[in-house]
Amino acid sequence: MTKKTHAGSNPVLELKNIHKAFGGIVAIDDFSLDLHAGEIVALVGDNGAGKSTLIKIISGVHAPTAGSITLDGQAVSFSDASKARSSGIEVVYQDLALADQQSVYMNMFLGREKLKAFGMLDRRSMIEETQQLVDELDVRIPSAGAIIRDLSGGQRQGVAIARATHWAKKLILLDEPTAALGVAETAKVEKNVHALKERNLAILIISHSLDQVFRLSDRICVLRRGQQIGVRETAKTDKNEIVSMITGVH
Amino acid sequence: MLQRIDLQQYVLYIGFLAIFLFFAVTLADDGFLTTRNLSNIVLQTAPATIMAIGLVFVLSAGEIDLSFGSIFAVAALSAAVVMQEHSMLLGILAGLGAGLSIGFFNGAMVAYLGLPSFLVTLATMGLFAGVARSMTDLRSIPVINDAFTGFFGSGSLMGIPSLILWTLVAVIIGHLIYRESRFGAHVIATGDNPRAAQVSGIKVPRIRLAVLMISGGCAGLAGLLYAGRLQAAKYTLGESDLMTVIAAVIVGGTALKGGKGSVIGALVGSLLMGMLNNGLILMGLAVSEQMIVRGLIILVAVAISLRDTNR
Repeated sequence: MTKKTHAGSNPVLELKNIHKAFGGIVAIDDFSLDLHAGEIVALVGDNGAGKSTLIKIISGVHAPTAGSITLDGQAVSFSDASKARSSGIEVVYQDLALADQQSVYMNMFLGREKLKAFGMLDRRSMIEETQQLVDELDVRIPSAGAIIRDLSGGQRQGVAIARATHWAKKLILLDEPTAALGVAETAKVEKNVHALKERNLAILIISHSLDQVFRLSDRICVLRRGQQIGVRETAKTDKNEIVSMITGVH
Repeated sequence: MLQRIDLQQYVLYIGFLAIFLFFAVTLADDGFLTTRNLSNIVLQTAPATIMAIGLVFVLSAGEIDLSFGSIFAVAALSAAVVMQEHSMLLGILAGLGAGLSIGFFNGAMVAYLGLPSFLVTLATMGLFAGVARSMTDLRSIPVINDAFTGFFGSGSLMGIPSLILWTLVAVIIGHLIYRESRFGAHVIATGDNPRAAQVSGIKVPRIRLAVLMISGGCAGLAGLLYAGRLQAAKYTLGESDLMTVIAAVIVGGTALKGGKGSVIGALVGSLLMGMLNNGLILMGLAVSEQMIVRGLIILVAVAISLRDTNR
């Protein structure tokens, strides 16, 4: 199904020959990838393979040393993370980047608060929108006014994903979304991630769990020590092939 | 979650009430309950309350300002010195300008050089205490500008003393900015999780600069109020306020490590400290005894309020 839609459509994100070096150390060497709307691509590789660096390049934290990034057919170069955000790219960070002592709705609108007359915070409409969103995504929290630190790990993850969903117009990057979660909570988050496909967003997910990668992704992209080893369609590959690509052992 | 917030508010108000009742009973014959004494408490705490408001912003952003007492003295002295030759307006500008510039200095060191605010303001506390001493060779400077002393000190509007009006205005504006504005939300988020604030597009260094300037500005205004009320300025101003103001803010429900605070709480905390001061004096304790008792009470108050706010 998904393959058909990709064939005709233009990619949301196009990375071409991305190269990134920190001083003399090459973190990413010649990386190219297309991401389409409604597609989940998993980025896998051992520690230090360059997955996080790649996420940082796409989200505007680092600028690539060479190569081009194209978003919806337009060449872009983000000077910082807020530029990438305003272009419709959202990141769910491994540490979630939530303010723990604040409410769910204030986190949902962190840095993008809604205002009413005289520059006053429009709490009511932020609460309403938050409630609507968490209901839609089936994130079960006591209320939009609940304080983050009173929530479980899965609920927090749900809030972080809901926030990204709310603001992402094109692309969501997920960095190890279930690393700290139990089995039931992981299943819940995976359901949330799947729901993002139906919103026609492109999703790039970093995960260490190959089981999860095979459950979620349409394609798998393997990195090893900054080198792009290859991209496989999930349906046409198996764990053995991916593992040998990750480790380089045949 | 709601229970915890309520409990913490209760502690503050119950503590306030308990101390009030204690003094009301034990000091009934010493004039504690007279209107004159009660309004005196509010008048005396006005400068501390205003400094406390500034500190709520600083602590909420996860920083600290130890220098506000010295800023307070430098601002009061600057205003007094300028007004010996020049107009009230220039005096006000000198006082507020001194506060804001020192705040800017603190803030720039913290925000753009990445130095910890504890060390920066510890240094500027000493530095500007020295400046205050050298400004006037330890002399006290009289303020004889009647317009100024009326506006900031002894005057009143529709029967309400100007110091109470200043306190009210500062608390209302401070509360609105803190609770209802986008800036306030960004201050709180910065103190709660600076990384989350930063990746959400909040300019964290700018917030750190801003809160230290607010604290400096508040200390400047407090200096003007003090100079107006006492009709003089002296380098010793602010020396004893450090502990009182920080205690007022913490007791008022602001978290020492940021992300949480209350301007109204700081007002109540400040009044609590003022009442304590006043009651201990009326009880006839010697200054040394007052210091000991006050220190102990602050310790208990802070311990109780921290236990509830920070788990």
